[in-house]
Amino acid sequence: MERVEFITDRSDEPLGMRTETLMLNMGPQHPSTHGVLRVVLHLDGEVVVNAIPYIGYLHRGIEKLCENITYQQCIPYTDRMDYVASICNNIGFILAVEKLLGIQNEIPKRAKVAEVILFELGRIESHLIGIGTNALDLGAMSAFLYCFKERERIYDILETVCGARLTTSYPRVGGLPEDLPENFDEAIRNFLRVFPKTFSEVDKLLTRNRIWVERTKGVAYISADDAVDLGLTGPALRGSGVPYDVRKAIPYLGYEAYDFEIPVSHDCDAYARYLCRLEEMRQSLHIIEQAINNLPDGPYIADLPEVVLPRKELVYTRMESLIRHFVIVYEGFKTPPGEIYQAVENPKGELGYYIVSDGSGKPYRMRVRGPSFINLQALPKMVEGRLLADVIAAIGSIDIVLGEVDR
Amino acid sequence: MILDLQSVSDSVDANFPDTILDIKSFRNETTLLIKKEGIREVCRYLKNDLDFKFIVDVTAVDYLGMKTPRFEVIYYLHRFGSEFSENVRIRLKVEVPEVDLRVLSVTPVWTGANWLEREVYDLFGIEFIGHPDLRRILMPEEYDAHPLRKDFDVRDREASKRCFERELKEGEDGAS
Repeated sequence: MERVEFITDRSDEPLGMRTETLMLNMGPQHPSTHGVLRVVLHLDGEVVVNAIPYIGYLHRGIEKLCENITYQQCIPYTDRMDYVASICNNIGFILAVEKLLGIQNEIPKRAKVAEVILFELGRIESHLIGIGTNALDLGAMSAFLYCFKERERIYDILETVCGARLTTSYPRVGGLPEDLPENFDEAIRNFLRVFPKTFSEVDKLLTRNRIWVERTKGVAYISADDAVDLGLTGPALRGSGVPYDVRKAIPYLGYEAYDFEIPVSHDCDAYARYLCRLEEMRQSLHIIEQAINNLPDGPYIADLPEVVLPRKELVYTRMESLIRHFVIVYEGFKTPPGEIYQAVENPKGELGYYIVSDGSGKPYRMRVRGPSFINLQALPKMVEGRLLADVIAAIGSIDIVLGEVDR
Repeated sequence: MILDLQSVSDSVDANFPDTILDIKSFRNETTLLIKKEGIREVCRYLKNDLDFKFIVDVTAVDYLGMKTPRFEVIYYLHRFGSEFSENVRIRLKVEVPEVDLRVLSVTPVWTGANWLEREVYDLFGIEFIGHPDLRRILMPEEYDAHPLRKDFDVRDREASKRCFERELKEGEDGAS
């Protein structure tokens, strides 16, 4: 589709009259910017002439902070990046450290399968918020409420597993810190039973809703070539027709064994991204179903005394375990010197951890490739030459979370 | 066209002799160390001739006191295969000495490198020659330090204080 030229010809204006563009400061405290994004818009009437995003209002220097703490201590910091899918950030970081240590093959199958289930729950959770808030920004309140009701169910499951709802800090290097709760299987099966109902309700409320379709179709257009050139990933890229997903391209956690598809839409607009998210939730559900049917019993954490903390009852009763606990907590486990990059398919796109190790217990450099940060680059291209109201739809359709943009 | 990393480094070597200084492999990831002056040409060749259309990441590392040259700029590139198994990833590295903190920008090659290079400029103080819009991105524009350098102390509040005072002064000047 061609970009529409809205700027009208003003050659018939009376002499002596002049027009100038209006500068509008959107954010950083604007509810539709999903956090603290500030966009300076230059407007010609209702048409955006140019848009300049300003970020950094939530910059906490996570990369710098992680250089001064042990690998285990980094886990809670990863929660605070994409906080609507913190479990996915956690698992990504754990995988990166496991790759650095070279212990991927030692991780028990039970831990891997459980991580797949939690990862996909995180994806559903994030997409529910992505779709819900995007719809809310455009005035559809009820879809948002259905989404949040379902998200609550996921939080309940996460709470029984990790003890926290939002900032999970859950798995550990080597596997799970505790075995899964007894009712885990039942809770997941219950979720699998009830979620399709909410899913179809959201589907019915939005997919053929005329207002929603007209507010999103043809809006925030980005062609496939531009999307690749800008480095977009996740639904923002797949909505432009590029079938790239880290789970298929560079499989991790045994994703190659699961049967699922990569939804792709070729319309390149906000509606296409919505359709991708919707279908991805259905695929995630399918993955969870396969995983829960194949969740093996057995050990849930690797038997690696140099890396894994000893069990609490041993720490309290045996001297050797107490010493080992102290060393791992105080100095951190030693990693081989080298550098690795581990990518995972976060709900918002490719999340990458680049870790440089100097052989000590702390990362020498921990770099996070936040998908929201890079996807946000596409905003000016999506909105310039378009209407002001479409900026809101565009921001919602990229689905950014500022904790990850600013890190 | 199916490519493996070996053929990628071979063809770069054939087209740009003496540009690859070193090849390293760790945990199945290959890193090519490229001569600083040749980075943009190598990137353009990788994109146009070898189809590395996607820039995954640009970042830097400060090796203060560990080795010279002090800085390394890292580029991570991806090539889409027709099958998922044919995807290729490669990491390029450029060494940047402390006395000359300038690297050729790759933003003219991939638009997506724009913010990534701005971030490196902001947090490490490495300048990218030919970048269309090299401004700070995460830190305030008045800030005068580079936090991800190893000689920056996280407990040091001086840089923030100076930045705040400058902003305050600007505000007063603007108001009067």
